[in-house]
Amino acid sequence: MAIDRLEHSQRSALGLKNRLKPGDWLFTAVTGFAAIVVLAVVAGMFLELTQQAWPALRAGGISVVWDTAWDPSHKVFGVGAFILGTLITSVFALVFATIVAVLVALFLVEIAPGWVARPVSYVVELLAAIPSVVYGLWGIFVLGVFIRDHLGPALIRYLGWVPFVDGTPLITGLFSACLILTIMILPTVMAVSRDVIAAVPRSQREGILALGATRWEMIRIAVLPYARSGVLGAAILGLARAVGETLAVTLVIGNSVQIPGNIFAPAYTMASVIANQFPEATGLHRAALIEVALILLAITFVINVVARLLVWKVTGGQRAVVQE
Amino acid sequence: MTGQERSTFLGRTEGLYRRRKAFDRVMTGAMALAVVLAVIPLALILFYLLRNGIPGLSWDFFTQDPNRPGKPGGGVRNAIVGSGIIVGMALVIGVPVAIACGVFLSEYGQNRMGAFVRFLIEVMAGIPSITVGLFIYGLVVANQGHFSAFAGSLALAILLVPIVARITEEMLLLVPRSLREASYALGAPRWRTVLRIVMPTALPGIITGVMLGLSRIAGEAAPLLFTALGNQFYTTDITQPMDSLPRRIYVYATGPYDYWHEQAWAMSLVLVGIILVISLAVRALFGSRVTVRQ
Repeated sequence: MAIDRLEHSQRSALGLKNRLKPGDWLFTAVTGFAAIVVLAVVAGMFLELTQQAWPALRAGGISVVWDTAWDPSHKVFGVGAFILGTLITSVFALVFATIVAVLVALFLVEIAPGWVARPVSYVVELLAAIPSVVYGLWGIFVLGVFIRDHLGPALIRYLGWVPFVDGTPLITGLFSACLILTIMILPTVMAVSRDVIAAVPRSQREGILALGATRWEMIRIAVLPYARSGVLGAAILGLARAVGETLAVTLVIGNSVQIPGNIFAPAYTMASVIANQFPEATGLHRAALIEVALILLAITFVINVVARLLVWKVTGGQRAVVQE
Repeated sequence: MTGQERSTFLGRTEGLYRRRKAFDRVMTGAMALAVVLAVIPLALILFYLLRNGIPGLSWDFFTQDPNRPGKPGGGVRNAIVGSGIIVGMALVIGVPVAIACGVFLSEYGQNRMGAFVRFLIEVMAGIPSITVGLFIYGLVVANQGHFSAFAGSLALAILLVPIVARITEEMLLLVPRSLREASYALGAPRWRTVLRIVMPTALPGIITGVMLGLSRIAGEAAPLLFTALGNQFYTTDITQPMDSLPRRIYVYATGPYDYWHEQAWAMSLVLVGIILVISLAVRALFGSRVTVRQ
């Protein structure tokens, strides 16, 4: 069926009704097969994980999503605490990375001349080239130590009145994971926001400047509203990355199944509990961890679809998302 | 308007104008501050990689295998060679599929079916790497009954395909239509036109895509944890568990020994060095259109 459709599209693309030569048929079949491989991998991933997680899915039902008790030795597998850990770390990263990234993107598009914007843009994007495990190493030996000795105590002294800002800052913990994730998703949010902001038509800016607006007023009134859904899409793409991030988080989050009582407490995210416990897990424990992966896959799937739709809406169709 | 009213009105607008200018300056300052905040982490990471990594680099580091845990010295030859083999095999598996997929999208993808495949590739690019590792674990490792370098390569290939396929499609679509038309006018069928005219023209771009994919998967440890596993010993047998740089960094970073930490920094320096060199080379060759993202 697929091949019939292809023949049709091929004819119409050429604009003439040539008969399909054997070479062309083979060529279509081979490239079409590659597309089918992609389909098979994505579908296979959902099927395989569902199948592997089946014992846990059947034993736990839907309530595992909000059950927070996880005790492999008593066969209790509630995923709630890990979902909470993922939610806290990714939302923290999302908020702070987006604020910084949008300001940087505005600076690059609206203020900096080309000879400044290009290298700065490149340097920020290089952050995305550093492997997750290297972030983790740096997180333990540099960032974590800084949080324990300086940043953590300072936060408690000056922001102690904010809920959850107390406890004992350690090298590893929820807050270390939040900061590492913020740094890690910054380049993604920055690059996409920059492209979206650059796509705002010049006439929008000229119109408001002609009315006497200052540069910031121009950004606030003409640029940001126009780019809003694209910037939102950029933020959500960053969120998807934060949710699925594994090793950096596993190294710095402290790995504890407790519900964290404050922002310095150790915790788990969905990805880090898999990385940490899977090697020793057997039987139902193993199935439960694969169930966690399945939930993670479903969440990132939904997040990605939403983000793509938002970015496409602003930049106009598939062509504009080359860079991601 | 009396003189009195006039001067207060002007005074008020002038005050308002000054406030607006001041706020504009504050926000400009905020943007500049954000740039500084965004650049600091990279500077710090590179600084500590150099400071802590260089002391660990030695001849032994590259030519010896790890000692038994707790005995200082030794090197990470097995991890370096292992990474090379696993990543190389992932390229061999993934690149043909990715390029064929890119060709499919650029040649036959301007319809619903193409949009659907393009969407699948976006989805595939967003899948967390640890999930890919578990998928291959269930599909290959659990069925074969043992971990293997080959399984690790399969997992990395799955991460590679969406990156290379998207860039290939972009590069093929950049080839001018007139080249194609000239080929058709000479009576060449479509497949020959694509293979002999369009693809050679887009080749530098496609190679760029492959290099970017390479630098993306070279640093991945999460998909290897449950597939290639790791190996204390040197091996080139792809049916056996095999070590890799990112995975050994992970093990050493969490270990108790100081010389492990030193070697973890040195391995990170080597890994980031390789990735940055690829990234800079791609940039020099191809400008800013394409970038590396982990």
